Amino acid sequence: MSDLNTAMVERYRTNFLKEVEANVEEGEWVKMCMQCGVCSGSCPLGKFWAHPPQEIFMMIRAGKREEVLSSDSMWMCTSCYNCIVRCPRELPITHIMHGLATYAKRLGLVPQNQPTAKFAQLFWDNLMKKGRVNELKLGLALYFMNGFGEGVKTALKKQKLGMNMMKTGRMNPMEILGGHAVKDLSGFQKVIQKAQELEDARIAQHGARQGA
Amino acid sequence: MAADKKFAGYLCTGCGIGDRLDAKQLTQIATREGKMAACKQHPMLCSAEGVQLIRDDIAAGSATHIMIAACSRRAKVEAFSFPEVAMSRANLREGVIWLRPEGDEHQETTQEMADDYVRMACAEVRFMTQPTGSGEQSLNRTLLVVGNGVTAMTSALEAAKAGYGVHLVCDEGELGGVYKDLYKRVPFRAAPVGVSNARTAPLPQPEDPGVAEMIAAVQGNPKIKVHLNAKVTKTSGAPGRFSADISVESGSTATENFGAIVQATDYKPYDASQLPEFAYGKSPDVVTNFELERLAKAANGGPLKRPSDGKEVKAVAFIQCAGQRSDQEGHLPYCSGFCCTESIKQAMYFKAQNPGCDATVLFDDLRTPGAAGEDFYRAGQQAQVTFSKGKASAVDINGGQLTVKFKDLILDEDTAMDCDLVVLATGQVPNSGPDPYAQLAVDEAPTEEEKAAARKALEVAPPSILNLDYRQGTDLPHLKHGFVDSHFICFPYETRRTGIYAAGPVRRPMDMKQAIDDAAGATLKAIQAAENAARGAAAHPRVGDLSYPTFRKEGCTQCKRCTVECPFGAINEDEQKYPQFNESRCRRCGTCMGACPVRVISFENYSIDSIGQQIKAVDMPDEFSEKPRILALACENDAYPALDMAAQSGGQISPFARVIPVRCLGSVSLSWITDALNSGYDGIVLMGCRRDDDYQCHFVRGSKMAAERLSKVGDTLQQLNLEQERIQVYEVAITDVQRAPQIINDMAATVEKIGMSPFKF
Repeated sequence: MSDLNTAMVERYRTNFLKEVEANVEEGEWVKMCMQCGVCSGSCPLGKFWAHPPQEIFMMIRAGKREEVLSSDSMWMCTSCYNCIVRCPRELPITHIMHGLATYAKRLGLVPQNQPTAKFAQLFWDNLMKKGRVNELKLGLALYFMNGFGEGVKTALKKQKLGMNMMKTGRMNPMEILGGHAVKDLSGFQKVIQKAQELEDARIAQHGARQGA
Repeated sequence: MAADKKFAGYLCTGCGIGDRLDAKQLTQIATREGKMAACKQHPMLCSAEGVQLIRDDIAAGSATHIMIAACSRRAKVEAFSFPEVAMSRANLREGVIWLRPEGDEHQETTQEMADDYVRMACAEVRFMTQPTGSGEQSLNRTLLVVGNGVTAMTSALEAAKAGYGVHLVCDEGELGGVYKDLYKRVPFRAAPVGVSNARTAPLPQPEDPGVAEMIAAVQGNPKIKVHLNAKVTKTSGAPGRFSADISVESGSTATENFGAIVQATDYKPYDASQLPEFAYGKSPDVVTNFELERLAKAANGGPLKRPSDGKEVKAVAFIQCAGQRSDQEGHLPYCSGFCCTESIKQAMYFKAQNPGCDATVLFDDLRTPGAAGEDFYRAGQQAQVTFSKGKASAVDINGGQLTVKFKDLILDEDTAMDCDLVVLATGQVPNSGPDPYAQLAVDEAPTEEEKAAARKALEVAPPSILNLDYRQGTDLPHLKHGFVDSHFICFPYETRRTGIYAAGPVRRPMDMKQAIDDAAGATLKAIQAAENAARGAAAHPRVGDLSYPTFRKEGCTQCKRCTVECPFGAINEDEQKYPQFNESRCRRCGTCMGACPVRVISFENYSIDSIGQQIKAVDMPDEFSEKPRILALACENDAYPALDMAAQSGGQISPFARVIPVRCLGSVSLSWITDALNSGYDGIVLMGCRRDDDYQCHFVRGSKMAAERLSKVGDTLQQLNLEQERIQVYEVAITDVQRAPQIINDMAATVEKIGMSPFKF
């Protein structure tokens, strides 16, 4: 258990809902769910979720902290926004799901080998290097995400597609050698650094309302 | 027939009647067979000119009994309103041409149908007299309101506002009733239009209860006389001339006269001691929703404290549907409809007054009726009340702590929560008098089991509230679970005792706002009843009808069937055991007329003859003509309108059917059936309203009575050696627009199958 997680458990001992309200993006909306289940019914991937959104909201209110935060459910959200459009109470469900995922990640509670989480990390790391996404590297990293053997197999399978993309100028093989950066890379890095400072300051307060 | 009767017929040839039918033949039938002195034709009788034609004849004294052959009796009622004469209507438009297809091959039978309807209307009007009110009552502008609470007080205030005097009889030492201890009330209004769904939107909050203000308004109103610690010890009379004895605990009794009565006795809180599983009575920290209001009132804006040790409550659980919506012995089988919003409100007390307190509402179905309902639920959620769909099974006591065991119905698991205080959301038990038919229920129960249940109900019957000196018992009849019988959709305030209106939770469970609205409605109905009674006119559903039942004393056998079967208990017995019709208690359904085995009961404009002669007036083709005749007796409230609507929407009916509207199937005399069979009808269809618990009968019991009587009609058929299928009784709703004509057509098919009746002369 991470130190931060321990601290949070200490702080919100009895009330997970309050913890979510204070720390999760749009978490203040969780109490407004009326359990109609329209979100769960609308989710195109709902059947792959261990706990669909309605259930997650109920679990938060029932204080099931570990089960919610270490669940992979919110990582399954593809941001299709069906639930937001349909929620009769107008809850920003998609945002809450991402907020929960972010919070779980911060506490170090993401399930091992959760593919969405892994991909998100690859994306972030890739982006941070040059201030833009290097698609060739990101694609290859994705091929090899689940081991070398599977990576080679996938690469061979996609060989023709890659050749065609090169022919039509859609993919530059030279990008593999580092790739090009945004115009002002150091400026970009400063922006990110500043944002991280602000976020860290908020987290250090544990419970300062996000985005307030 | 008396010499001063002047019969006049009028035939309208508008709306296609003249094109489709032979008008000359119809006028001839009216004058020659129908014995009308004359039959005038007009191309649009309902026009000002046509109506004037009739008015002129009435003014000239040449028409005292008129027969109008035009559209349905339900159409053009404003135009064809001649209260000074007796009137019958032959339904040629909806009843004939609109229900029959055009074409030469149909012409003969369609014309025969129209001919018969003219014959029938002529026969009917010959046996009618123009009703005039009895003059038994004068206008009494005073109401008796019985009850202690918000409902009764609202009723008194509304009546006073309308200029009526009120005697308010309260059986406690102070006004207020069940809401006397209310700390705050559920808001009455929803959020204004335009308030968003936002998490921080301003939503309705618990309000000041307003009961004290209402009590002050009642006490300060010069038109309202409040009788505290008082009971109604005797009520007699009828609308317009009720007389009630109001006895005060100290011993004095005053007798007052009233135009009408409102019973607003509200409800009694459910006795939670029947809920041992929730530790009620075992721990003082388990309280009912009613007791919580007292705790909140005592806290007076500060933190609510536990009754056991005065500790500030830090966690509270509300158990919804406690002893309700359950078939378990001693529980209420119904939803009381007010406890969900009450619990939301009470949970908000804790959120507002006890810092950091967790409030959890364990509900099965959260139902929030009323204008503010859904917005108020959101207000509760905004305040961070936790709503958990869960069914509580037990409350355990561990030292100073309570544990509520429940099944979480969303997460599907058995779980538990700790709390300092448990609030049981208990329900409403109607505060009604004993059911006057409780004894009858024992006698009529079909199985031993039901008999035992009925006997038990009789044993635990509450004391009387109204003490009516009616032949049929002391109080308002019940429908289910002790609630006073009133049709909850169609005529919510009308009870089965005319002029006595039930308001508020005594007729169905409801919250304070609904009870207030209900009281206003019932009071207006009571005022209407008093004013109708003064004119000798009927109340719902035959509003304004001046006719009333009379009987031929020399023919009466004192069999008491009319006094027993009247759905409204209108008929008392005099010293010699003859029926005593209290005209203003009567709803004019004619159930007494249908019940009378010696046919001595009649109305001026509705009698054994006025229908019986119509049945006989129909031309009866012989057995070999292949033209059967089917008699349809249709309830004028639902079945007849359904047939009219079928005509409007292009339905079709067998040309052999002859439909006669009756006031209620309960008014159908078996003599009509026997007469019809004897004169050669091949089939008889009786169309009434739905009966029993979810009845739609406008006269509550009329169609039930009819069904009982007609269950014995098989004997008559057997005696005549006729097939059982020739008589069918149906329950028809006003919406059965396709089904109503189909029923009649089915009978035509049945007759075709089993053959014609041999009784054609």
